Amino acid sequence: MKQRLVVIGNGMAGMRTVEELLLSAPDHYEITVFGAEPYGNYNRIMLSAVLCGEKAIEDIVINDRQWYQDRNITLHAGADKAVCRIERGLRKVIAKDGTVADYDRLLIATGSQPVVADLPGKDLAGVIGFRDIMDVNTMLNYSHSHQHAVVLGGGLLGLEAANGLLQRGMNVTVIHNNPVLLNRQMDKQAGQMLQAELERRGLKFKMAAQTKALLGDKNGHIQTVRFEDGSELACDLLVMAIGVRPNITLAKQAGLYCERGIVVNDTLQSYDPCVYAVGECIQHRGATFGLVAPIFEQAKVCANHLSAHGVAEYVTLPTATKLKVTGIQLFSVGDFLGDTQSSEIRFIDAVQGVYKKLVIKNNTICGAVLYGDTGDGVWYQQLMEQAKNIADIRESLIFGQQFAITSAQTT
Amino acid sequence: MNDSIKTTCPYCGVGCGIEATPDRLQHHVLIRGDQTHPANFGRLCSKGLALGETVELKGRLLQPKLFGQPTSWTDALDTVADRFRQIIDQHGPDAVAIYGSGQLLTEDYYVANKLMKGFIGSANIDTNSRLCMSSSVAGHKRAFGSDTVPGCYQDLEMADMIVLIGSNAAWCHPVSFQRIRAAKISNPGLKIVVIDPRKTPSCDIADLHLPLASGSDAWLFNGLLHFLHQQHLLDDDYIQNHTEGFAAALYSAGNANLQNVAQHCQLQPADLRLFYDWFGSHNKVMSLYSQGINQSSSGTDKVNSIINCHLATGRIGKPGMGPFSLTGQPNAMGGREVGGLAHQLAAHMDFSNPADIERVARFWNTSNIASRSGLPAVELFDAIDAGQVKAVWIMGTNPVVSLPNADKVKQALGKCSFVVVSDCMEYTDTTAFAHVLLPALGWSEKDGTVTNSERRISRQRALFAASGDAKPDWWIVSQVAQRLGFAEAFAYQSPVDIFREHAALSGFENDTEHGLRDFDISAYQNITAKEYQNLQPTQWPVNTQYPQGRIRLFEDGQYFTPSAKAQLIAITPRLPFNKPDDNYPFILNTGRLRDQWHTMTRTALAAKLNQHKPEAYVDIHPQDAARYGLAAKTLALLESRWGKMLARVQLNDEVQPGNLFVPMHWTAQFASLGRMGALVNPVLDPISRQPESKHTPVSIKPYPASWYGFALSRRELAFKDLDYWLVSKGDRYYRYELASEALPVNLQDWLQAKLADQEQPADWLEYQDTAVGSYRAACIVDSCLDSVIFIANSPTLPDRHWLASLFDKGELDTQTRKALLTGRAPQGKADVGNIVCACFNVGEKTIRAEILKQNLKTVKEVGDCLKAGTNCGSCLAEIKGFFS
Repeated sequence: MKQRLVVIGNGMAGMRTVEELLLSAPDHYEITVFGAEPYGNYNRIMLSAVLCGEKAIEDIVINDRQWYQDRNITLHAGADKAVCRIERGLRKVIAKDGTVADYDRLLIATGSQPVVADLPGKDLAGVIGFRDIMDVNTMLNYSHSHQHAVVLGGGLLGLEAANGLLQRGMNVTVIHNNPVLLNRQMDKQAGQMLQAELERRGLKFKMAAQTKALLGDKNGHIQTVRFEDGSELACDLLVMAIGVRPNITLAKQAGLYCERGIVVNDTLQSYDPCVYAVGECIQHRGATFGLVAPIFEQAKVCANHLSAHGVAEYVTLPTATKLKVTGIQLFSVGDFLGDTQSSEIRFIDAVQGVYKKLVIKNNTICGAVLYGDTGDGVWYQQLMEQAKNIADIRESLIFGQQFAITSAQTT
Repeated sequence: MNDSIKTTCPYCGVGCGIEATPDRLQHHVLIRGDQTHPANFGRLCSKGLALGETVELKGRLLQPKLFGQPTSWTDALDTVADRFRQIIDQHGPDAVAIYGSGQLLTEDYYVANKLMKGFIGSANIDTNSRLCMSSSVAGHKRAFGSDTVPGCYQDLEMADMIVLIGSNAAWCHPVSFQRIRAAKISNPGLKIVVIDPRKTPSCDIADLHLPLASGSDAWLFNGLLHFLHQQHLLDDDYIQNHTEGFAAALYSAGNANLQNVAQHCQLQPADLRLFYDWFGSHNKVMSLYSQGINQSSSGTDKVNSIINCHLATGRIGKPGMGPFSLTGQPNAMGGREVGGLAHQLAAHMDFSNPADIERVARFWNTSNIASRSGLPAVELFDAIDAGQVKAVWIMGTNPVVSLPNADKVKQALGKCSFVVVSDCMEYTDTTAFAHVLLPALGWSEKDGTVTNSERRISRQRALFAASGDAKPDWWIVSQVAQRLGFAEAFAYQSPVDIFREHAALSGFENDTEHGLRDFDISAYQNITAKEYQNLQPTQWPVNTQYPQGRIRLFEDGQYFTPSAKAQLIAITPRLPFNKPDDNYPFILNTGRLRDQWHTMTRTALAAKLNQHKPEAYVDIHPQDAARYGLAAKTLALLESRWGKMLARVQLNDEVQPGNLFVPMHWTAQFASLGRMGALVNPVLDPISRQPESKHTPVSIKPYPASWYGFALSRRELAFKDLDYWLVSKGDRYYRYELASEALPVNLQDWLQAKLADQEQPADWLEYQDTAVGSYRAACIVDSCLDSVIFIANSPTLPDRHWLASLFDKGELDTQTRKALLTGRAPQGKADVGNIVCACFNVGEKTIRAEILKQNLKTVKEVGDCLKAGTNCGSCLAEIKGFFS
């Protein structure tokens, strides 16, 4: 008889693991998937493309319901199918509507939740996150009927939301508590160039701003954002994009060991040997995750163990960042700020909007920021991952692979 | 249609004819070699060809200036005359002086000499020819009784053997060198020997190169005389009938056996023997010598040691043979003819003969003629420094750069109570000291005559009207002379007036009764203005006996000595005066580059002439460089007991270990510390008073630069606050080479301030590598490259050529813009490399690529494909090097 695998979370991490598993051990498990959203599996990172109208929802679906049927995967999708309890002793999970599934192995892929700023007025109508198709739909609705959008948080997600709302015709202001946009991914120079470009496109910014309160109208709908300095901003829609935190409510309830996320080992196994976890809900060697590349790597390793091959180990590699705003090329990887032991190679062509910085330590790349011309990002990342000695091509390194290779040939 | 005008090149002593087609509206001129001129038959070297690029008005002195302020001619001339008069009245005529130039025309020279010696009454007029030719003059006088170059250029094609002694003719007299090369090609049996401590580009065609120890030439030629005598190869009849002093000369050479000479000259005895054998076995031998012989504390003796060998073999005055002095300047010969040196009087007469003084006084109708020699160049400036000479008038030369111990010259002019400078350029190291600046005509405006190395008088003709308020030198001098009270003697209206007088003086009492003089152009004393205008290049003498001029002198064995016999001079070889020691262990040699002329006031205007060697450098043998920690492309500080210089290190095994070579051209206008004259020892030949510029003990050490860099810009930039800067003009850009010991606090801000153009919005590209102190920036204006700067903590910076080529392009395309700060052409873009052929602007990389691509085998094939080397040919040696 086949073993039973239950997957909680129909998102990118969980379903990539299932796909990997189907490849490596197609007949090993009878698979049941629970998802809180009423769709098949879709590409969450393309939501901003849907928001700005470059893609339709159909375009971003990875696996529709038919796909699950074809593979004999039981899919329980929808709000009422959200899992509300895990009975580890009985090895079963129970959904809101009472649906029960037994498991031999459980995979938790519950993802993350937007962080909600602890501000007065955070529960007002018109204050939302940017996480799923529903949020996108909310934003689209507001864009038809309202004027002033405020995005709290100048990180990747916030800027994508802001850009989308701008495309949809809203008057958008981004509030960021740091003087530098994308300060987790970009240095000051790149952040400033990005800000200038986005301002040129019509976005407004309130930088290094401390938000004090969200004020509502008499109907309990957001109307104004108030800052510590006393200034105010009209607001019909406020999108919180100040970060995500692992969604570990279920795991905690089930008594699985969690810190910030569900703590897993190098095989993505939790403290319960029958329970695995992948994606934004986990904590591996102290790190949590938000970008897709390491999560896909986790899926691969996890599937390897679920299929009982049992040889892979997950290692977190530096991950490159890209901003999905059309016409803006931006790339960052590794330790792009450097320290006293490192040196920097910088190139800037302000008028062309190109900025590149490589952080070098012991003749290897340990970080890169590229803005405006990211063509060589992948190459730098490779050099970094392979810890290639760049001494011979140092002089032309920042000009990209084409120049570095020709110069290496001529010298 | 513009008519072409025949004129002559204003650079070296070859004296090439030029056919110039001026466009007076555009102030442009098209330059071609004059096919009919016997000096060059149509050939021109890179410098001559680029003359069209030097006639621009930028940098020209176009108005008289008094204490830095523009003034009228009247005020300027009055001031000069008043001050000279005051000083003469108060301190006597020897308290004033004129320092002239081998680039003055004969007519200008004549008037200046006449004023000083004939009317002011002092012989304190000397010229930069002192630095160049005076040892030859003295040697000629001792041997022939006259300053005569016996042979001519035709002899080059008739010779069986040509010896180049202390002459890098390939670079310094390129057209004559091409004649020799052509002669060698048509007569492969022609033996060519180069005698030079350096393996110069002239060695390219040599059958034998003797890299003798610096300054040991007299040993070599005493040895030759000794050898020829031992081998019974001398012409006893000629010695007997036409010379004197043979026995003493031979006796002096008695110790110059092969072993001894080899030891003193540090040569292989076998090589020496080969040279001696060849000299013995070839009848038609020409000995061409230049500054390596002349610029020496024993220069006159060296000249005579060479002439001795020709006299003792009777190889003089006949086709294809003889000693031949290659003069440095376009009119060094003309200067000698008028008496422009302080020990000469006029028309090949001098102060040693009271009858000459009396004769010239009569001719000039003056009672105030000088009666003894004046101060020669180095001593003249010493006297200025000592306050004995209180007023000096410098004409068309740049002694602050070119004299030995040049910092002392600077000091002297700084102290001098009255300095007048006439020049065509406003900003030179010397004009900086002028109290009165007088704008002289430049080449292309001047009108008069010059005499080349083979005694050929040619016309230099005006192509353009005078620019601004510039005036002919003869006019300026005459105006001052008139104000000094000598109106009658200086009433010249045009150059032909002066030429007639000069010609008349040359023939004045020039006969057996009064004593014959070699220089006689009396056939011209009644020349009409029209005949003068149409004067054809002619070799003097030109008199009743030789109305068409004379190709060679001394065919008859008759000399201008009292006995009519040539004098062999007993030579005791003397090595250079200052020996290297522990503190100054190297011997510094100096010389010309192929594409620059003297102090670069004109050649540096021509972008293409700045490509060959864009920077002052020092050649050092790789072994020495290793020993002294000098890496290629770094900077070296050279120091002598007299001064210092910064130069780019160039490893070159063509200089001997223990020797260094620096080019002579750079000035404070073009480099922070590039004046080689500051290093050179002020040691003089006791007879010729010519300085020993080819031999100064110096030290060399790495310059401790904390950064190196270069900048290219369409605009002139100000880097004069840096320890090291050097500027050269390119095609639509200026190139700055930079270095300094200290880094500015904020390099980026400092550099951007340097490059910023206040009038243009800045579009900057920047590159920085903090680990290697590397900073690069480019400034773009209207999508075109405006400026670029590269800085690093080592001198390994990208080649400048590709970046430089972008100034000639219009808007930068995307690929180029991306590649800009790499300093290298993006793939598929041509980078021609170092310009090798300046005539056709062909670069090293182009040539090498073509050789590979077409599988070329010879220099000629390269020429067929790319034209490189097919014009002046002075790059042929370099092209040939690409095949090895």
